[in-house]
Amino acid sequence: MNETAVVKAQPSGGADFRDVATAHTPFRTGRLVLWVILALVVANFAWIVAHNENFGWPVVARYFFDPTVISGLYVSLGLTVIAMILGIVLGLAVAIARMSSDRLAKSFASLFIWFFRGTPLLVQLIFWYNMSTLFPQLSITIPFGPTLASWDTNSVITPMAAAIVGLALNEAAYMAEIIRGGLLSVDRGQTETAEAFGMTKARALWRIIIPQAMRSIVPPTGNQLISMIKATSLVSVIAMADLLYSVQSIYNRTFEIIPMLLVAVIWYLLITSILNVGQSYVEAYYGRSDRRNGEAAKPAAATDEASH
Amino acid sequence: MTAVHNARPLVQARNVHKSFDQLEVLKGIDLNVMPGEVVAILGPSGSGKSTLLRCINHLEAIHKGYIEVDGEQIGYRVRNNRLEKLSSSGIARQRRKIGMVFQQFNLYPHMTVLQNIIEAPVGVHKENRKDAIENARRLLDRVGLSEKTDSFPRQLSGGQQQRVAIARALAIKPKLMLFDEPTSALDPELVGEVLATMRDLASEGLTMIVVTHEISFAREAADRVVFMDGGHLIEMGKPEDVIGNPQHPRTQAFLSRFL
Repeated sequence: MNETAVVKAQPSGGADFRDVATAHTPFRTGRLVLWVILALVVANFAWIVAHNENFGWPVVARYFFDPTVISGLYVSLGLTVIAMILGIVLGLAVAIARMSSDRLAKSFASLFIWFFRGTPLLVQLIFWYNMSTLFPQLSITIPFGPTLASWDTNSVITPMAAAIVGLALNEAAYMAEIIRGGLLSVDRGQTETAEAFGMTKARALWRIIIPQAMRSIVPPTGNQLISMIKATSLVSVIAMADLLYSVQSIYNRTFEIIPMLLVAVIWYLLITSILNVGQSYVEAYYGRSDRRNGEAAKPAAATDEASH
Repeated sequence: MTAVHNARPLVQARNVHKSFDQLEVLKGIDLNVMPGEVVAILGPSGSGKSTLLRCINHLEAIHKGYIEVDGEQIGYRVRNNRLEKLSSSGIARQRRKIGMVFQQFNLYPHMTVLQNIIEAPVGVHKENRKDAIENARRLLDRVGLSEKTDSFPRQLSGGQQQRVAIARALAIKPKLMLFDEPTSALDPELVGEVLATMRDLASEGLTMIVVTHEISFAREAADRVVFMDGGHLIEMGKPEDVIGNPQHPRTQAFLSRFL
Protein backbone atom coordinates (compact mmCIF):
# COMPACT_ATOMS: atom_id res chain seq x y z
CA MET A 1 0.00 0.00 0.00
CA ASN A 2 2.76 2.34 0.99
CA GLU A 3 4.78 1.52 -2.08
CA THR A 4 2.04 2.40 -4.50
CA ALA A 5 1.51 5.64 -2.71
CA VAL A 6 5.20 6.47 -2.95
CA VAL A 7 5.35 5.58 -6.63
CA LYS A 8 2.34 7.69 -7.38
CA ALA A 9 3.80 10.62 -5.56
CA GLN A 10 7.18 10.47 -7.31
CA PRO A 11 6.28 12.72 -10.26
CA SER A 12 5.11 15.53 -8.03
CA GLY A 13 8.47 15.74 -6.26
CA GLY A 14 8.40 12.74 -3.87
CA ALA A 15 6.28 14.49 -1.27
CA ASP A 16 5.30 11.17 0.31
CA PHE A 17 8.83 10.69 1.55
CA ARG A 18 7.75 13.20 4.15
CA ASP A 19 5.06 10.85 5.46
CA VAL A 20 6.39 10.06 8.94
CA ALA A 21 5.11 6.50 8.63
CA THR A 22 8.04 5.79 6.29
CA ALA A 23 10.65 7.27 8.66
CA HIS A 24 13.42 5.20 10.27
CA THR A 25 15.80 5.94 13.13
CA PRO A 26 19.32 6.74 11.88
CA PHE A 27 22.18 4.66 13.24
CA ARG A 28 23.99 6.62 15.95
CA THR A 29 27.68 5.65 15.85
CA GLY A 30 28.72 7.98 18.67
CA ARG A 31 26.23 6.40 21.00
CA LEU A 32 27.46 2.90 20.25
CA VAL A 33 31.07 3.97 20.91
CA LEU A 34 30.04 5.49 24.22
CA TRP A 35 28.27 2.28 25.20
CA VAL A 36 31.31 0.16 24.33
CA ILE A 37 33.66 2.41 26.32
CA LEU A 38 31.35 2.40 29.33
CA ALA A 39 30.95 -1.38 29.18
CA LEU A 40 34.73 -1.80 29.05
CA VAL A 41 35.27 0.47 32.06
CA VAL A 42 32.59 -1.32 34.10
CA ALA A 43 33.88 -4.77 33.15
CA ASN A 44 37.44 -3.78 33.95
CA PHE A 45 36.41 -2.36 37.32
CA ALA A 46 34.45 -5.53 38.13
CA TRP A 47 37.47 -7.65 37.12
CA ILE A 48 39.78 -5.60 39.37
CA VAL A 49 37.41 -5.83 42.34
CA ALA A 50 36.90 -9.54 41.81
CA HIS A 51 40.64 -10.25 41.69
CA ASN A 52 41.66 -7.93 44.50
CA GLU A 53 42.58 -10.24 47.38
CA ASN A 54 41.99 -7.48 49.92
CA PHE A 55 38.23 -7.82 49.30
CA GLY A 56 38.45 -11.38 50.58
CA TRP A 57 35.72 -12.86 48.39
CA PRO A 58 36.27 -16.40 49.68
CA VAL A 59 35.62 -15.07 53.20
CA VAL A 60 32.51 -13.29 51.96
CA ALA A 61 31.26 -16.55 50.47
CA ARG A 62 32.09 -18.53 53.61
CA TYR A 63 30.18 -16.20 55.96
CA PHE A 64 27.34 -15.20 53.66
CA PHE A 65 24.96 -17.80 55.10
CA ASP A 66 26.63 -18.03 58.50
CA PRO A 67 23.96 -18.67 61.20
CA THR A 68 25.02 -15.51 63.07
CA VAL A 69 24.61 -13.42 59.94
CA ILE A 70 21.28 -15.01 59.10
CA SER A 71 19.88 -14.46 62.58
CA GLY A 72 21.09 -10.86 62.40
CA LEU A 73 19.31 -10.56 59.08
CA TYR A 74 16.08 -11.82 60.67
CA VAL A 75 16.40 -9.25 63.45
CA SER A 76 16.93 -6.45 60.92
CA LEU A 77 13.99 -7.55 58.80
CA GLY A 78 11.73 -8.13 61.81
CA LEU A 79 12.56 -4.73 63.25
CA THR A 80 11.95 -3.08 59.89
CA VAL A 81 8.55 -4.71 59.44
CA ILE A 82 7.30 -4.06 62.97
CA ALA A 83 8.65 -0.50 63.21
CA MET A 84 7.30 0.32 59.74
CA ILE A 85 3.80 -1.02 60.45
CA LEU A 86 3.64 0.80 63.78
CA GLY A 87 5.08 3.90 62.12
CA ILE A 88 2.47 3.89 59.35
CA VAL A 89 -0.47 3.30 61.70
CA LEU A 90 0.67 5.94 64.15
CA GLY A 91 1.67 8.25 61.29
CA LEU A 92 -1.85 8.01 59.83
CA ALA A 93 -3.34 8.93 63.20
CA VAL A 94 -0.95 11.88 63.56
CA ALA A 95 -1.63 13.04 59.99
CA ILE A 96 -5.39 12.98 60.57
CA ALA A 97 -4.96 14.77 63.88
CA ARG A 98 -2.81 17.40 62.22
CA MET A 99 -5.43 18.00 59.51
CA SER A 100 -8.39 18.09 61.88
CA SER A 101 -10.04 21.34 62.86
CA ASP A 102 -9.66 20.41 66.52
CA ARG A 103 -7.05 22.76 68.01
CA LEU A 104 -5.90 20.27 70.66
CA ALA A 105 -5.35 17.38 68.25
CA LYS A 106 -3.67 19.67 65.77
CA SER A 107 -1.15 21.13 68.19
CA PHE A 108 -0.38 17.76 69.77
CA ALA A 109 0.35 16.30 66.32
CA SER A 110 2.55 19.25 65.40
CA LEU A 111 4.48 18.90 68.66
CA PHE A 112 5.00 15.18 68.03
CA ILE A 113 6.30 15.76 64.51
CA TRP A 114 8.45 18.69 65.62
CA PHE A 115 10.15 16.64 68.31
CA PHE A 116 10.72 13.34 66.54
CA ARG A 117 11.85 14.85 63.26
CA GLY A 118 13.97 17.43 65.00
CA THR A 119 16.25 15.10 66.94
CA PRO A 120 18.70 12.48 65.58
CA LEU A 121 17.38 8.94 65.52
CA LEU A 122 20.58 7.67 67.10
CA VAL A 123 20.06 9.96 70.09
CA GLN A 124 16.43 8.90 70.39
CA LEU A 125 17.45 5.24 70.43
CA ILE A 126 20.04 5.83 73.13
CA PHE A 127 17.47 7.73 75.19
CA TRP A 128 14.96 4.90 74.97
CA TYR A 129 17.66 2.39 75.82
CA ASN A 130 18.72 4.41 78.87
CA MET A 131 15.18 5.20 79.95
CA SER A 132 15.81 3.54 83.32
CA THR A 133 18.35 6.19 84.30
CA LEU A 134 15.69 8.87 83.75
CA PHE A 135 12.69 6.98 85.09
CA PRO A 136 13.65 3.92 87.16
CA GLN A 137 9.96 3.07 87.58
CA LEU A 138 7.17 3.21 85.02
CA SER A 139 3.75 3.66 86.57
CA ILE A 140 0.18 4.24 85.56
CA THR A 141 -1.26 6.87 87.84
CA ILE A 142 -4.08 9.34 87.97
CA PRO A 143 -2.33 12.72 87.53
CA PHE A 144 -1.37 13.93 91.03
CA GLY A 145 -3.39 11.00 92.38
CA PRO A 146 -2.84 7.37 93.39
CA THR A 147 -0.68 4.88 91.45
CA LEU A 148 -2.60 2.09 89.71
CA ALA A 149 0.27 -0.07 88.46
CA SER A 150 4.04 0.14 88.39
CA TRP A 151 6.91 -1.66 86.64
CA ASP A 152 10.67 -1.66 86.79
CA THR A 153 11.78 0.25 83.68
CA ASN A 154 14.54 -2.17 82.77
CA SER A 155 12.10 -5.06 82.64
CA VAL A 156 9.81 -3.16 80.23
CA ILE A 157 12.31 -1.35 78.01
CA THR A 158 14.48 -4.22 76.81
CA PRO A 159 16.90 -3.45 73.95
CA MET A 160 14.24 -4.91 71.63
CA ALA A 161 11.52 -2.66 73.04
CA ALA A 162 13.80 0.38 72.93
CA ALA A 163 14.66 -0.37 69.30
CA ILE A 164 11.01 -0.85 68.25
CA VAL A 165 9.72 2.19 70.12
CA GLY A 166 12.58 4.39 68.95
CA LEU A 167 12.34 3.40 65.29
CA ALA A 168 8.52 3.41 65.22
CA LEU A 169 8.04 6.83 66.79
CA ASN A 170 10.66 8.39 64.55
CA GLU A 171 9.10 6.74 61.51
CA ALA A 172 5.63 7.88 62.55
CA ALA A 173 6.74 11.50 62.47
CA TYR A 174 7.99 11.18 58.89
CA MET A 175 5.07 9.03 57.72
CA ALA A 176 2.63 11.54 59.21
CA GLU A 177 3.93 14.21 56.86
CA ILE A 178 3.98 11.85 53.88
CA ILE A 179 0.42 10.71 54.55
CA ARG A 180 -0.75 14.28 55.11
CA GLY A 181 0.76 15.29 51.78
CA GLY A 182 -1.05 12.37 50.12
CA LEU A 183 -4.39 13.25 51.69
CA LEU A 184 -4.00 16.88 50.63
CA SER A 185 -3.29 15.80 47.05
CA VAL A 186 -6.80 14.35 46.64
CA ASP A 187 -9.27 16.69 44.94
CA ARG A 188 -11.35 18.57 47.50
CA GLY A 189 -14.47 17.67 45.51
CA GLN A 190 -14.04 14.03 46.48
CA THR A 191 -14.40 14.76 50.19
CA GLU A 192 -17.35 16.98 49.41
CA THR A 193 -19.04 14.29 47.33
CA ALA A 194 -18.52 11.67 50.04
CA GLU A 195 -20.04 14.09 52.55
CA ALA A 196 -22.95 14.94 50.28
CA PHE A 197 -23.75 11.22 50.09
CA GLY A 198 -24.01 11.07 53.85
CA MET A 199 -20.79 9.20 54.54
CA THR A 200 -19.24 9.63 57.96
CA LYS A 201 -15.81 11.23 58.00
CA ALA A 202 -14.15 7.91 58.83
CA ARG A 203 -15.85 6.13 55.96
CA ALA A 204 -15.08 8.91 53.48
CA LEU A 205 -11.44 8.75 54.50
CA TRP A 206 -11.21 4.99 54.32
CA ARG A 207 -13.19 4.35 51.13
CA ILE A 208 -12.71 7.49 49.06
CA ILE A 209 -9.77 9.60 50.16
CA ILE A 210 -7.08 7.14 51.26
CA PRO A 211 -7.29 4.90 48.17
CA GLN A 212 -6.71 7.97 45.99
CA ALA A 213 -4.01 9.35 48.27
CA MET A 214 -2.11 6.05 48.03
CA ARG A 215 -0.78 7.01 44.62
CA SER A 216 1.26 9.81 46.11
CA ILE A 217 1.87 8.05 49.44
CA VAL A 218 3.42 4.84 48.08
CA PRO A 219 6.61 6.15 46.39
CA PRO A 220 7.92 8.12 49.39
CA THR A 221 6.85 5.27 51.69
CA GLY A 222 9.03 2.92 49.64
CA ASN A 223 11.81 5.38 50.24
CA GLN A 224 11.08 5.33 53.96
CA LEU A 225 11.06 1.55 54.05
CA ILE A 226 14.49 1.39 52.46
CA SER A 227 15.76 4.06 54.83
CA MET A 228 14.29 2.06 57.68
CA ILE A 229 16.18 -1.10 56.73
CA LYS A 230 19.40 0.84 56.88
CA ALA A 231 18.32 2.74 59.99
CA THR A 232 17.95 -0.57 61.83
CA SER A 233 21.75 -0.81 61.68
CA LEU A 234 21.77 2.02 64.26
CA VAL A 235 20.34 -0.35 66.87
CA SER A 236 23.70 -2.12 66.97
CA VAL A 237 24.76 0.67 69.38
CA ILE A 238 22.16 -0.46 71.91
CA ALA A 239 23.34 -4.08 71.72
CA MET A 240 20.60 -5.36 69.42
CA ALA A 241 22.01 -8.23 67.36
CA ASP A 242 20.94 -6.95 63.94
CA LEU A 243 22.69 -7.65 60.65
CA LEU A 244 25.43 -5.06 61.14
CA TYR A 245 25.96 -6.08 64.78
CA SER A 246 26.32 -9.73 63.81
CA VAL A 247 28.97 -9.11 61.14
CA GLN A 248 30.75 -6.82 63.60
CA SER A 249 30.73 -9.59 66.21
CA ILE A 250 32.35 -11.88 63.65
CA TYR A 251 35.06 -9.46 62.48
CA ASN A 252 35.86 -8.52 66.07
CA ARG A 253 36.92 -12.15 66.35
CA THR A 254 38.51 -12.73 62.91
CA PHE A 255 39.63 -9.17 62.01
CA GLU A 256 38.28 -9.69 58.46
CA ILE A 257 36.59 -6.34 58.55
CA ILE A 258 36.13 -5.56 54.85
CA PRO A 259 34.86 -8.99 53.79
CA MET A 260 32.35 -9.07 56.67
CA LEU A 261 31.11 -5.59 55.86
CA LEU A 262 30.72 -6.74 52.26
CA VAL A 263 28.50 -9.57 53.52
CA ALA A 264 26.26 -6.97 55.18
CA VAL A 265 26.36 -4.64 52.17
CA ILE A 266 25.31 -7.39 49.77
CA TRP A 267 22.46 -8.45 52.05
CA TYR A 268 21.23 -4.85 52.37
CA LEU A 269 21.38 -4.45 48.58
CA LEU A 270 19.52 -7.72 48.03
CA ILE A 271 16.70 -6.72 50.37
CA THR A 272 16.31 -3.23 48.94
CA SER A 273 16.27 -4.66 45.39
CA ILE A 274 13.43 -7.00 46.33
CA LEU A 275 11.58 -4.09 47.91
CA ASN A 276 11.97 -2.01 44.75
CA VAL A 277 10.24 -4.73 42.75
CA GLY A 278 7.50 -4.95 45.36
CA GLN A 279 7.01 -1.20 45.26
CA SER A 280 6.50 -1.12 41.51
CA TYR A 281 3.75 -3.73 41.87
CA VAL A 282 2.03 -1.72 44.59
CA GLU A 283 2.27 1.41 42.47
CA ALA A 284 0.79 -0.39 39.49
CA TYR A 285 -2.10 -1.55 41.68
CA TYR A 286 -2.99 1.94 42.85
CA GLY A 287 -2.54 3.37 39.36
CA ARG A 288 -4.88 0.87 37.71
CA SER A 289 -7.79 3.25 37.26
CA ASP A 290 -5.45 5.55 35.39
CA ARG A 291 -4.76 3.26 32.49
CA ARG A 292 -7.35 4.18 29.95
CA ASN A 293 -7.83 0.64 28.73
CA GLY A 294 -7.50 -1.22 32.00
CA GLU A 295 -8.18 -4.95 32.08
CA ALA A 296 -11.72 -4.27 33.24
CA ALA A 297 -12.57 -2.11 30.25
CA LYS A 298 -13.91 -3.63 27.11
CA PRO A 299 -12.15 -2.71 23.90
CA ALA A 300 -15.40 -1.11 22.81
CA ALA A 301 -14.81 1.67 25.34
CA ALA A 302 -12.04 3.22 23.27
CA THR A 303 -13.89 3.32 19.98
CA ASP A 304 -17.10 4.40 21.64
CA GLU A 305 -15.30 7.26 23.28
CA ALA A 306 -13.96 8.53 20.00
CA SER A 307 -17.46 8.74 18.60
CA HIS A 308 -18.65 10.97 21.42
CA MET B 1 -45.24 34.94 44.81
CA THR B 2 -45.32 31.56 46.54
CA ALA B 3 -48.09 29.37 45.23
CA VAL B 4 -50.70 28.19 47.72
CA HIS B 5 -50.62 24.44 48.21
CA ASN B 6 -52.21 22.12 50.68
CA ALA B 7 -49.13 19.91 50.89
CA ARG B 8 -46.18 20.80 53.09
CA PRO B 9 -43.12 22.05 51.19
CA LEU B 10 -40.26 19.55 50.92
CA VAL B 11 -37.73 22.34 51.14
CA GLN B 12 -38.23 25.54 53.06
CA ALA B 13 -35.60 28.26 53.18
CA ARG B 14 -36.32 31.29 55.37
CA ASN B 15 -34.29 34.49 55.36
CA VAL B 16 -31.10 32.62 54.50
CA HIS B 17 -27.88 34.61 54.86
CA LYS B 18 -24.42 33.35 54.04
CA SER B 19 -21.06 35.11 53.95
CA PHE B 20 -17.56 34.09 53.00
CA ASP B 21 -15.36 36.19 55.26
CA GLN B 22 -16.48 39.77 54.52
CA LEU B 23 -18.37 38.92 51.35
CA GLU B 24 -22.08 38.33 51.79
CA VAL B 25 -23.22 35.95 49.03
CA LEU B 26 -26.76 35.24 50.20
CA LYS B 27 -28.70 38.22 51.52
CA GLY B 28 -31.95 36.82 52.82
CA ILE B 29 -33.35 34.11 50.58
CA ASP B 30 -36.87 32.72 50.98
CA LEU B 31 -37.76 29.69 48.92
CA ASN B 32 -40.27 26.86 49.15
CA VAL B 33 -40.07 23.75 47.02
CA MET B 34 -43.10 21.47 46.94
CA PRO B 35 -42.81 17.68 46.62
CA GLY B 36 -42.51 16.71 42.96
CA GLU B 37 -41.66 20.21 41.89
CA VAL B 38 -38.77 21.01 39.54
CA VAL B 39 -37.20 24.36 40.32
CA ALA B 40 -34.57 25.88 38.06
CA ILE B 41 -32.33 28.56 39.52
CA LEU B 42 -30.92 30.98 36.97
CA GLY B 43 -28.60 33.89 37.40
CA PRO B 44 -25.25 35.35 36.47
CA SER B 45 -22.13 33.79 37.99
CA GLY B 46 -21.47 35.10 41.46
CA SER B 47 -25.18 35.57 42.10
CA GLY B 48 -25.09 32.99 44.92
CA LYS B 49 -27.15 30.30 43.20
CA SER B 50 -24.63 27.49 43.69
CA THR B 51 -24.04 28.57 47.26
CA LEU B 52 -27.78 28.42 47.96
CA LEU B 53 -27.87 24.88 46.57
CA ARG B 54 -24.90 23.82 48.67
CA CYS B 55 -26.53 25.26 51.78
CA ILE B 56 -29.56 23.02 51.28
CA ASN B 57 -27.50 19.90 52.08
CA HIS B 58 -25.24 21.77 54.47
CA LEU B 59 -22.08 21.56 52.37
CA GLU B 60 -22.00 25.22 53.37
CA ALA B 61 -23.28 26.37 56.74
CA ILE B 62 -25.61 29.36 56.73
CA HIS B 63 -25.18 32.26 59.14
CA LYS B 64 -28.72 33.42 59.59
CA GLY B 65 -32.20 32.10 58.93
CA TYR B 66 -33.03 28.43 58.57
CA ILE B 67 -33.39 25.67 56.01
CA GLU B 68 -35.70 22.73 56.41
CA VAL B 69 -35.80 19.61 54.24
CA ASP B 70 -38.54 17.03 54.68
CA GLY B 71 -39.53 18.50 58.04
CA GLU B 72 -36.03 18.48 59.49
CA GLN B 73 -33.95 21.58 60.04
CA ILE B 74 -30.68 21.02 58.21
CA GLY B 75 -27.58 21.06 60.39
CA TYR B 76 -29.39 21.66 63.66
CA ARG B 77 -31.76 20.11 66.13
CA VAL B 78 -33.90 21.39 68.95
CA ARG B 79 -33.11 20.05 72.38
CA ASN B 80 -34.58 21.35 75.61
CA ASN B 81 -36.17 24.18 73.65
CA ARG B 82 -32.79 25.33 72.40
CA LEU B 83 -31.31 25.07 68.97
CA GLU B 84 -27.99 23.20 68.87
CA LYS B 85 -25.58 22.31 66.08
CA LEU B 86 -25.74 18.72 64.90
CA SER B 87 -22.64 16.54 65.09
CA SER B 88 -21.04 15.60 61.78
CA SER B 89 -22.66 12.16 61.94
CA GLY B 90 -26.04 13.79 62.56
CA ILE B 91 -25.55 15.95 59.47
CA ALA B 92 -24.44 12.89 57.51
CA ARG B 93 -27.71 11.20 58.44
CA GLN B 94 -29.76 14.19 57.20
CA ARG B 95 -27.94 14.19 53.88
CA ARG B 96 -28.86 10.61 53.12
CA LYS B 97 -32.19 11.53 51.55
CA ILE B 98 -30.70 14.22 49.34
CA GLY B 99 -28.96 13.29 46.09
CA MET B 100 -26.48 15.65 44.52
CA VAL B 101 -24.94 16.01 41.06
CA PHE B 102 -21.86 18.20 40.72
CA GLN B 103 -20.55 20.41 37.94
CA GLN B 104 -17.28 18.43 37.82
CA PHE B 105 -19.11 15.05 38.08
CA ASN B 106 -16.85 14.02 41.03
CA LEU B 107 -17.07 10.32 40.32
CA TYR B 108 -14.73 8.28 42.49
CA PRO B 109 -11.87 7.74 40.01
CA HIS B 110 -10.51 4.61 41.70
CA MET B 111 -13.80 2.75 41.41
CA THR B 112 -15.57 1.30 38.41
CA VAL B 113 -18.91 2.71 37.31
CA LEU B 114 -20.79 -0.02 39.18
CA GLN B 115 -18.74 0.46 42.36
CA ASN B 116 -19.37 4.19 42.16
CA ILE B 117 -23.11 3.62 42.11
CA ILE B 118 -23.36 1.00 44.87
CA GLU B 119 -20.90 2.69 47.26
CA ALA B 120 -23.46 4.78 49.14
CA PRO B 121 -26.39 2.29 48.98
CA VAL B 122 -24.25 -0.54 50.39
CA GLY B 123 -21.87 1.42 52.60
CA VAL B 124 -24.15 4.13 53.94
CA HIS B 125 -27.72 2.90 53.52
CA LYS B 126 -26.74 -0.70 54.41
CA GLU B 127 -28.61 -2.08 51.45
CA ASN B 128 -28.11 -5.69 50.49
CA ARG B 129 -25.22 -5.81 48.02
CA LYS B 130 -27.06 -7.98 45.52
CA ASP B 131 -30.09 -5.69 45.46
CA ALA B 132 -27.85 -2.66 45.16
CA ILE B 133 -26.07 -4.13 42.13
CA GLU B 134 -29.39 -5.04 40.54
CA ASN B 135 -30.68 -1.54 41.13
CA ALA B 136 -27.44 -0.02 39.80
CA ARG B 137 -27.77 -2.00 36.57
CA ARG B 138 -31.34 -0.81 36.20
CA LEU B 139 -30.26 2.80 36.70
CA LEU B 140 -27.38 2.45 34.25
CA ASP B 141 -29.81 1.06 31.73
CA ARG B 142 -32.04 4.05 32.32
CA VAL B 143 -29.25 6.56 31.66
CA GLY B 144 -28.23 4.50 28.63
CA LEU B 145 -24.89 3.24 29.89
CA SER B 146 -25.51 -0.41 30.69
CA GLU B 147 -22.42 -1.50 28.75
CA LYS B 148 -20.12 0.73 30.85
CA THR B 149 -20.66 -1.12 34.14
CA ASP B 150 -17.02 -2.13 34.57
CA SER B 151 -15.35 0.92 33.05
CA PHE B 152 -13.41 3.40 35.13
CA PRO B 153 -14.62 7.04 35.04
CA ARG B 154 -11.52 8.14 33.12
CA GLN B 155 -12.52 5.89 30.25
CA LEU B 156 -15.80 7.75 29.78
CA SER B 157 -16.62 11.01 28.05
CA GLY B 158 -17.80 13.94 30.15
CA GLY B 159 -21.42 13.37 29.23
CA GLN B 160 -21.20 9.70 30.14
CA GLN B 161 -19.53 10.54 33.45
CA GLN B 162 -22.29 12.98 34.32
CA ARG B 163 -24.96 10.41 33.48
CA VAL B 164 -23.20 7.93 35.78
CA ALA B 165 -23.13 10.65 38.46
CA ILE B 166 -26.89 11.06 38.04
CA ALA B 167 -27.39 7.30 38.34
CA ARG B 168 -25.18 7.32 41.44
CA ALA B 169 -27.30 10.02 43.06
CA LEU B 170 -30.55 8.21 42.14
CA ALA B 171 -29.23 4.98 43.66
CA ILE B 172 -29.78 6.30 47.18
CA LYS B 173 -33.48 6.78 46.33
CA PRO B 174 -33.40 10.47 47.23
CA LYS B 175 -36.42 12.54 48.18
CA LEU B 176 -34.70 15.55 46.69
CA MET B 177 -32.12 15.94 43.94
CA LEU B 178 -29.77 18.88 43.76
CA PHE B 179 -28.04 19.65 40.45
CA ASP B 180 -25.15 22.10 40.59
CA GLU B 181 -24.59 23.34 37.02
CA PRO B 182 -24.60 19.77 35.73
CA THR B 183 -23.82 20.68 32.13
CA SER B 184 -21.40 23.57 32.60
CA ALA B 185 -18.25 21.43 32.38
CA LEU B 186 -19.41 19.60 29.26
CA ASP B 187 -18.52 20.10 25.62
CA PRO B 188 -21.54 21.58 23.81
CA GLU B 189 -22.27 18.38 21.89
CA LEU B 190 -22.48 16.38 25.14
CA VAL B 191 -24.93 18.67 26.93
CA GLY B 192 -27.98 17.21 25.21
CA GLU B 193 -27.61 13.66 26.53
CA VAL B 194 -27.40 14.89 30.12
CA LEU B 195 -30.34 17.26 29.77
CA ALA B 196 -32.41 14.48 28.20
CA THR B 197 -31.75 12.30 31.25
CA MET B 198 -32.72 15.14 33.57
CA ARG B 199 -35.89 15.83 31.58
CA ASP B 200 -36.89 12.18 32.08
CA LEU B 201 -36.44 12.50 35.83
CA ALA B 202 -38.41 15.73 35.93
CA SER B 203 -41.33 14.13 34.13
CA GLU B 204 -41.34 11.24 36.62
CA GLY B 205 -42.13 13.49 39.54
CA LEU B 206 -38.77 13.63 41.27
CA THR B 207 -38.28 16.80 43.31
CA MET B 208 -35.37 18.63 41.74
CA ILE B 209 -33.55 21.88 42.29
CA VAL B 210 -31.38 22.67 39.31
CA VAL B 211 -28.81 25.45 39.14
CA THR B 212 -28.22 25.89 35.44
CA HIS B 213 -27.33 28.14 32.55
CA GLU B 214 -29.50 26.12 30.18
CA ILE B 215 -32.39 28.50 29.58
CA SER B 216 -34.14 26.07 27.27
CA PHE B 217 -34.01 23.32 29.88
CA ALA B 218 -35.47 25.67 32.48
CA ARG B 219 -38.25 26.65 30.08
CA GLU B 220 -39.21 23.11 29.08
CA ALA B 221 -38.59 21.01 32.18
CA ALA B 222 -38.98 23.30 35.18
CA ASP B 223 -42.26 23.93 37.01
CA ARG B 224 -40.84 27.12 38.42
CA VAL B 225 -37.94 29.36 37.56
CA VAL B 226 -36.06 31.41 40.13
CA PHE B 227 -33.81 34.25 39.07
CA MET B 228 -31.03 35.28 41.44
CA ASP B 229 -28.66 38.22 41.32
CA GLY B 230 -26.27 39.68 43.90
CA GLY B 231 -27.38 37.32 46.65
CA HIS B 232 -31.05 38.21 46.24
CA LEU B 233 -33.93 36.25 44.84
CA ILE B 234 -35.13 38.72 42.26
CA GLU B 235 -37.85 37.03 40.32
CA MET B 236 -39.74 33.78 40.65
CA GLY B 237 -42.59 32.18 38.79
CA LYS B 238 -43.69 29.95 35.95
CA PRO B 239 -41.04 29.54 33.24
CA GLU B 240 -43.23 31.21 30.62
CA ASP B 241 -43.52 34.27 32.86
CA VAL B 242 -39.95 34.62 34.14
CA ILE B 243 -38.27 33.61 30.89
CA GLY B 244 -40.94 34.62 28.43
CA ASN B 245 -41.93 37.91 30.05
CA PRO B 246 -39.38 38.96 32.71
CA GLN B 247 -40.47 41.90 34.88
CA HIS B 248 -37.25 42.87 36.59
CA PRO B 249 -34.67 44.81 34.54
CA ARG B 250 -31.81 42.59 35.70
CA THR B 251 -33.66 39.45 34.64
CA GLN B 252 -34.32 41.08 31.30
CA ALA B 253 -30.66 42.03 30.93
CA PHE B 254 -29.51 38.52 31.85
CA LEU B 255 -31.93 36.75 29.52
CA SER B 256 -31.26 39.08 26.61
CA ARG B 257 -27.75 37.61 26.41
CA PHE B 258 -29.21 34.19 25.61
CA LEU B 259 -31.51 35.31 22.81
